[in-house]
Amino acid sequence: MTKQIRQLDRVVIRFAGDSGDGMQLTGDRFTSETAQLGNDISTLPNFPAEIRAPAGTLPGVSSFQVHFADYDILTPGDAPNVLVAMNPAALKANLADLPRGADIIVNTDEFTKRSLAKVGYQTSPLDDGSLAGYVVHPVALTSMTVGALATHEVSKKDAERSKNMFALGLLSWMYSRPYESTLRFLERKFAARPELVAANVAAFRAGWNFGETTEDFAVRYEVKPAKMQPGTYRNITGNAALSLGLVAAGVRSGLPVFLGAYPITPASDILHELSKHKRFGVLTMQAEDEIAAVGAALGASYGGSLGVTTTSGPGVALKSETISLAVALELPLVIVDVQRAGPSTGMPTKTEQADLNMALYGRHGEAPVAVIAPRSPSDCFFAALEAARIALTYRTPVILLSDNYVANGSEPWLLPDVESLPDLRVEFASEPNGEDGTTFLPYLRDPETLARPWAIPGTAGLEHRIGGLEKADKTGDISYDPANHDFMVRTRAARIETIPVPDIEVEDPDGDARVLVLGWGSTYGPIGAACRGIRQRGLSIAQAHLRHLAPMPANLGEVLRSYDRVVIPEMNLGQLAHVIRARYLVDAISYNQVRGLPFTSTELETTLEEVLKNV
Amino acid sequence: MSEPVALKLTAKDFKSDQEVRWCPGCGDYAILAAIQQFMPELNIPRERTVFVSGIGCSSRFPYYMNTYGMHSIHGRAPAIATGLSVSRPDLSVWVVTGDGDALSIGGNHLIHALRRNVNLKILLFNNRIYGLTKGQYSPTSEVGKITKSTPAGSADAPFNPLSLALGAEASFVGRTIDSDRKHLQSVLRAAAEHQGSAFVEIYQNCNIFNDGAFDQLKDPGTRDDYLIRLEHGQPITFGTDGRFCVVHPPGGFGLEVRETSSVRPEEIVVHDATVADPAYAFALSRLPGLDLRNTPIGVFRSVDRPSYDSVVQSQLAAAKAKVTETPEQQLAGLLGSGDTWTII
Repeated sequence: MTKQIRQLDRVVIRFAGDSGDGMQLTGDRFTSETAQLGNDISTLPNFPAEIRAPAGTLPGVSSFQVHFADYDILTPGDAPNVLVAMNPAALKANLADLPRGADIIVNTDEFTKRSLAKVGYQTSPLDDGSLAGYVVHPVALTSMTVGALATHEVSKKDAERSKNMFALGLLSWMYSRPYESTLRFLERKFAARPELVAANVAAFRAGWNFGETTEDFAVRYEVKPAKMQPGTYRNITGNAALSLGLVAAGVRSGLPVFLGAYPITPASDILHELSKHKRFGVLTMQAEDEIAAVGAALGASYGGSLGVTTTSGPGVALKSETISLAVALELPLVIVDVQRAGPSTGMPTKTEQADLNMALYGRHGEAPVAVIAPRSPSDCFFAALEAARIALTYRTPVILLSDNYVANGSEPWLLPDVESLPDLRVEFASEPNGEDGTTFLPYLRDPETLARPWAIPGTAGLEHRIGGLEKADKTGDISYDPANHDFMVRTRAARIETIPVPDIEVEDPDGDARVLVLGWGSTYGPIGAACRGIRQRGLSIAQAHLRHLAPMPANLGEVLRSYDRVVIPEMNLGQLAHVIRARYLVDAISYNQVRGLPFTSTELETTLEEVLKNV
Repeated sequence: MSEPVALKLTAKDFKSDQEVRWCPGCGDYAILAAIQQFMPELNIPRERTVFVSGIGCSSRFPYYMNTYGMHSIHGRAPAIATGLSVSRPDLSVWVVTGDGDALSIGGNHLIHALRRNVNLKILLFNNRIYGLTKGQYSPTSEVGKITKSTPAGSADAPFNPLSLALGAEASFVGRTIDSDRKHLQSVLRAAAEHQGSAFVEIYQNCNIFNDGAFDQLKDPGTRDDYLIRLEHGQPITFGTDGRFCVVHPPGGFGLEVRETSSVRPEEIVVHDATVADPAYAFALSRLPGLDLRNTPIGVFRSVDRPSYDSVVQSQLAAAKAKVTETPEQQLAGLLGSGDTWTII
């Protein structure tokens, strides 16, 4: 049967199922196939903190959304065009996000009386007409998978578990995806169990063939490759990109990277990734707690490594005292905070930007540090390099504020040329710097960077003692002198404030915008998409995005003051807006959401439109 | 590394130019002098020696040593020193801590450094009181201790630092006393030679807030009957003319002190610091009573166990041994690994 092929410019698919159904893997594979085809992509995984929440319940639903298009896109998409629901819970949990007319592929085998009752369905939505506004495709996913594997030497349980590959096969057929990478992936994943490779491949093919033969799917779709800059690409998550950025920082500085970390969601993947790169001299230590993790990193920095610690908000709170010590010691240290919804344990697998205040101010005493935030998954690579550059050049702790949205989301990444990456080489102190030619002054600063010499143990003639007690300027001796303390506090502040950072750039293609949207971190995509939407309707709006939150770009005040209104959308209750108002006396409009999910561009667009109307 | 050259260092080389600011009469002075005198013996260049401390009176120690040093934050010295030691196996890293620093606020880091067997020499100055904060009871103070924070007497039982270290699988555990320079140096010598964590408790007198805490162990009239001087390979006897001894009573779990005249010579335990089972050293650590009678000093335990540093470094070396490319080439390969696609 020859099927009709319809061209689309963009599609949003959401795979949803029980947390044991393998939806993250399914989404990941679909994304990889889509990347191979050359579409632009953005993804959004959404899963519960529980590893296996009770099967079939609403809290146990795990989903993966992928947005792909034949043009460059900025977000994982507001609303899915297609929902794959592996059970009633997945349908119920996601239905509200679907626009009328969307396709729903359901695994009918799971729509039993018991499963329906578990999530409060009195009647089956497949039969009671409640899905009349959608295009429902009932597919007996489980039983067809088991049937397809009847001749395979796998248990019934393993056969049933392959149903996600059946679903992937079906969707790959529907959207004409190249599947060779998935077959290769399955061979790698189950290398130790060839019977599972065969079963999963067979399930995938069964799904593909089902699409081809069944009459329920009359149309097949194509999304042409996007026009992207020439070069080699890979799809990458923020956590993976950040890890590679840290490896790159080690290579470009010539220093060993030391990672001290304690497992915490959603940062643990960075520890996992970096532990694989020992051949680069990357040393990872899973510490006994968050405090030890940062302490060990600081100890390694003292010894001449690039000390790094990775964590989430609760971990940064615990590390706070050690970060202050690093401020006093003036040693390089990179602290990665992959933000999640707080306070306390909050919602560990959901996103938020509410650690900005903690990053800027969350220490005792006057303890300024540099703070930077990546804007997208692939940008995490460059943000990590930039954090390392500042830490090494200015001998200071740097907090890198990622969040769950960029950490677990993915997008295509144009691989950079290694030689084009910044040169991060540093010089350790090697000889006395006192005027007499014999004494070493550990707090004598470079007049340009205000950095003190980095004299690592093992260097003869530079033996010295440092510590948390206030130090005298130049000599580093213990000092309680009032004037010295005042001087040192101001110097530590100036050290951060005078770090040169690039000017903020404004995107205002029409050149006549009166409203500026200012964002930071992971809101870049949704804000950008909203601004595009507004411009497509003939209105003007300007967008600027902060990468450096401390110090801030020198031209920021001027930029802010050149617009009639400044809107600051944040996934917190207005933390950046507060800083902007205090520093620049700009009456910024703070727009906030703290739902554990990224902004949708549609809602931002509506908000910005309101502002535009009132200018 | 080639044959070490004799550095001909002296105690003076290890004295920094900083004025020592402990209270006059503090036991820390004696420990500092003993260590400064002892360090040249190790023949390790000053620049390769690092003292890391936490917070408290004892933690001022690094300022007075003319080596590299870091006076860090309360309780965290073992964690910071771990990062330094594991990333710089060429250094000799010493941790100086106190009973509050190591056993209260920093208890977690101490036990984990010991279980990992990080190549650190950890010196715990135990004065059984908080000195720098002016006299509150510490986690080694005896029950009922009356202090500023416990006017009715402390309600909580103390830690036995050696029992704790042994419970954490420490590979080297010793105890010595501030006022006995010769003994102190002998224990430090053994600690310095040990590969892995060496934990040394040093009884130290705080003459301001807990004066005389260890007097029975120092007073010539009592010390011989109170102190058990452990010597590897020697039967454990002590007291005037060796009138007491340590035996392993049949059917019992631990060790007990007996009159030597009441037991057969073969019943007397011969000290062996290399016993693999920490239960033996643990039993030794349980001998002292509340009145400090039967306090063993010396090396309780010294066993071979791979240090964390050596395991980590050998993993790094094994991974690096396979590398044939430059770091830049390796990086380009890593960035381009996995599923990639090219747009022309």
